Amino acid sequence: MENLGQIAMQNVNMAAIMPSLVLSGFGMVLLLISVFSKRGRTAHVAWMSIVALVVTAIVTVSGWNNPQEGFAGSVILDNFAIFFSMIFIIAAVLTILISDSYLQREGYPVGEYYPLILFCTAGAMWMASGTDLMTIFLGLEVLSVSLYVLAGFFRGDVRSNEAGLKYFFLGAFSTGFLLYGIALLYGVSGSTKIAVIAQHVSQMPAIMENPMFIAGSILLLIGFLFKIGAAPFHMWAPDVYQGAPTPITAFMSAGPKAAALAALLRISIIGLGSIQADITALFWVLAVLTMIIGNFIALSQTNIKRMLAYSSIAHAGYAMVGIVAWNQIGLSAIMFYMLVYTFMNIGAFAVLVLAGKKGEENLTLEGFAGFGFKRPFLGVAMCIFLFALMGLPPTAGFTGKFFVFAGALKAGYVWLAIIGVLNSAVSLYYYLRVIVYMYFKDPQENFAWVKLEVPAVVSIVLALAGVLYLGIFPGPVMELAKMAGF
Amino acid sequence: MADNLLSLITFFPLLGMLILLFIPRDNPGLLKSFALGVTLVTFFISLPLAFDDVFAVSGAMQYREFHEWISVGSFFKMNYNIGIDGISLWLVMLTTFIMPIATLSTWKSIDKNVKGFMALLLLLETAMLGAFVSLDLFLFYIFWELMLIPMYFMIGIWGGKNRIYAAVKFFIFTAVGSLLMLVAIIYIYYYAVSSGASIEGFGIQEFYRLGIPSGAQHWLFLAFAFSFAIKVPMFPLHTWLPDAHTEAPTAGSVILAAILLKMGTYGYVRFAMPLFPEALQTYIPYLAFLAVFGIIYGSLVAMMQDDVKKLVAYSSVAHLGFVMLGIFALNQQGMAGGIIQMVNHGISTGALFLIVGFIYERRHTRQISEFGGLAHKMPILATIFLIVTFSSIGLPGTNGFVGEFLALVGAFESGLRWYAVVATLGVIFAAVYMLWMFQRVMFGKITNPENEKLKDLSVREIVLMLPLLVFIFWIGVYPNTFLSKMNPAIEQLLNQINSKQVAVVEPVVPVIAQNLKFK
Repeated sequence: MENLGQIAMQNVNMAAIMPSLVLSGFGMVLLLISVFSKRGRTAHVAWMSIVALVVTAIVTVSGWNNPQEGFAGSVILDNFAIFFSMIFIIAAVLTILISDSYLQREGYPVGEYYPLILFCTAGAMWMASGTDLMTIFLGLEVLSVSLYVLAGFFRGDVRSNEAGLKYFFLGAFSTGFLLYGIALLYGVSGSTKIAVIAQHVSQMPAIMENPMFIAGSILLLIGFLFKIGAAPFHMWAPDVYQGAPTPITAFMSAGPKAAALAALLRISIIGLGSIQADITALFWVLAVLTMIIGNFIALSQTNIKRMLAYSSIAHAGYAMVGIVAWNQIGLSAIMFYMLVYTFMNIGAFAVLVLAGKKGEENLTLEGFAGFGFKRPFLGVAMCIFLFALMGLPPTAGFTGKFFVFAGALKAGYVWLAIIGVLNSAVSLYYYLRVIVYMYFKDPQENFAWVKLEVPAVVSIVLALAGVLYLGIFPGPVMELAKMAGF
Repeated sequence: MADNLLSLITFFPLLGMLILLFIPRDNPGLLKSFALGVTLVTFFISLPLAFDDVFAVSGAMQYREFHEWISVGSFFKMNYNIGIDGISLWLVMLTTFIMPIATLSTWKSIDKNVKGFMALLLLLETAMLGAFVSLDLFLFYIFWELMLIPMYFMIGIWGGKNRIYAAVKFFIFTAVGSLLMLVAIIYIYYYAVSSGASIEGFGIQEFYRLGIPSGAQHWLFLAFAFSFAIKVPMFPLHTWLPDAHTEAPTAGSVILAAILLKMGTYGYVRFAMPLFPEALQTYIPYLAFLAVFGIIYGSLVAMMQDDVKKLVAYSSVAHLGFVMLGIFALNQQGMAGGIIQMVNHGISTGALFLIVGFIYERRHTRQISEFGGLAHKMPILATIFLIVTFSSIGLPGTNGFVGEFLALVGAFESGLRWYAVVATLGVIFAAVYMLWMFQRVMFGKITNPENEKLKDLSVREIVLMLPLLVFIFWIGVYPNTFLSKMNPAIEQLLNQINSKQVAVVEPVVPVIAQNLKFK
């Protein structure tokens, strides 16, 4: 009986969940602190959450090259999880930096905002390190519930309410798909552990004919494709992205999306690796569809926030090209790309946050006429982020796309790569249009309300540094991404 | 010889740009002088290249620099791999030579956001030089795309009425082409890796030796050719050019015509042709047809223009047709003619755009019908304009003659004889539209009272034009200075292309061409 206790303890292995444990601990403490803080004061909570994230980052990185399995093999803190965790942490830090002045301006200085972001990040980390479908599901729920609240954070704003509610309903629906998929797979293989499922599948090829297995896998994939915002499960994204508070939109399009991709990668490559041919065929179609829908609908948007929402769908499509490639380069390229996307997208949103004014957020193209001349720093920064989103050198957007398409070409998907680059050609038009308004049109206003708040500027500068460094010297980070592959 | 002279030349403008950002924006005079200083220093440090005799004896790459740049385990290797031969030498020189002139031309014409303009100008110079010296396809691609951004802003911010349309069109046309090239570049790399060839990253010299199977060569060549054809521009992909040229500010038009268009032709010479010699053989008739069609079409459309700047823009389409025809001849004369014609076009069309700029600054119109009899009021301008016009037509004694003649002779002696015959019509057309335009603008009586008050060229404007005139005559009278240094490189290039081909008939060199060429 003594031994049993020992075994149970060994199986627990706290080291495997240490980063998310630390982060959740901080989150709960901060929740208390914000309750006892003076009303309307949130800056200290924001700074403390950044400290929490930095500490978590240190804890996370210290586990590099030292994979820890825990809880009887239902979580693993391997390089893959660490790389993705760092993406979530960076996304959270950049988001928090742009949030405080924004919350003050919009009149919602509520402290719970920051702990929610921390919980969301912790959930994302579970998703990346989960090796059991239940762990992943747990992470997904922690992440999603926090996001539902954050999306509808502006109680008095109709659009924000709409975003929160829409996200909640559709999200709950997709969670149902996911759970049903897990249940079916459990029924087939008798386990929710990814490795066990994989073993089961490879030992019994006949399973491929089993409708329960097929339905289970598809439902599982749909659950994640929904979170990624991949076509045809993207319908929620534009409305939610547009309605949610701008910093949350920035966060949503980077962190949670990367988390869903991480889980999707682990499940498809490790769990469903033996039906690779079917999965790549499926993702080929979905990647093309996602890129085309995202880019072509973005063309007709006049609201920059909504345009970035559609572009975010398109970028999910580029990332999925890496899954189709199904090789080491493709896998590392996805990780690299999600990191790059975090920098460039949150950077662009940060400029939007600063350029907005209370209430009417000034997010239409016309509202940006002449912005570049009146606000040179923000103008140049926005240009660099947009060029990165287009995928032009010497920004990281280029190297990221380069690696993704290189993965596809290495695997022989020439047409996919061609469709991909043609899609980025389409995207040139709507990104350029923002620059056209910022620089080629005469200013209608003097943008006197735009204040360069220090934290937000720090966020922009960090994002710029990331975009340029990863664009000119992508080697070291790509090397890390390579080590993080399976 | 400094070990890193080429890097110094390439990145000096960028360094200048970074310093320029710290100059206060309310001091346009200082900003302009500083930018001019930077471009002049760049020119002077590039001068030793032109005097280096090594190019006259060796066609190999000189001034090589090689550093590892991006290295991701077994995935990729990209290197900072640069160098020049006798072909890129003259394009580098053309760039460093034109840039101070373009900068000086902004003195009066650019008065808003001077700082931004100068910063973009310097960034653009680095990008262009980088593209000419890159020997690594990945590095080349980065510089190639980087060029777009400054030019896009130059047209879009400082351009004319229709600038937004022109800028976006320019950007999208060029970027679409290059994206397909990117796919081709990656494909070649993986082909090289999988074929087990020893390669250094994306180094083109190793790629030359790959011997890509002809099936793949075809679409790879088409991807490259498409991208470069947009930049040249070749008919029917030229439509962005008249818009961009007409809307761009004078300095932008000068750079666009003189240097950026050369990227396309240079791309053929350096990349598309030697990398895919077998596919090249298949497509030469089609490409040559497009080149000749461009000559005729460009000339005819130029004839019909009533806007001087548009006329010059369409004449570019025609002139670059000669360049392409010469290159596709695939022999020594044709290639030499094509390359020297690249330089010529840079000089004479650059000069034409400057002259159009001078007139426009004075009258704020470019309509031919608004002018007439300008020679009475502006004798100096008239003289210079006439010389440049002759050079553009290709009158013997000027640079245009040498280039067009060699290109046509080359084409005549190759399999492209009939193309050359038709293209010769273009020379006649050129005389028609240029002289007709010159006559309508400069000669006759002054009919428009506005033209009575026109002042002749200022000292600055004359200083600006003089170096161009010097080279118009220098290349026209003694082209050997330039030809002798490009011949070894051309020979090497042709060997490279022909070694992979079957049945190349050695052309008979007529006496006159022998004399011209080539001691």
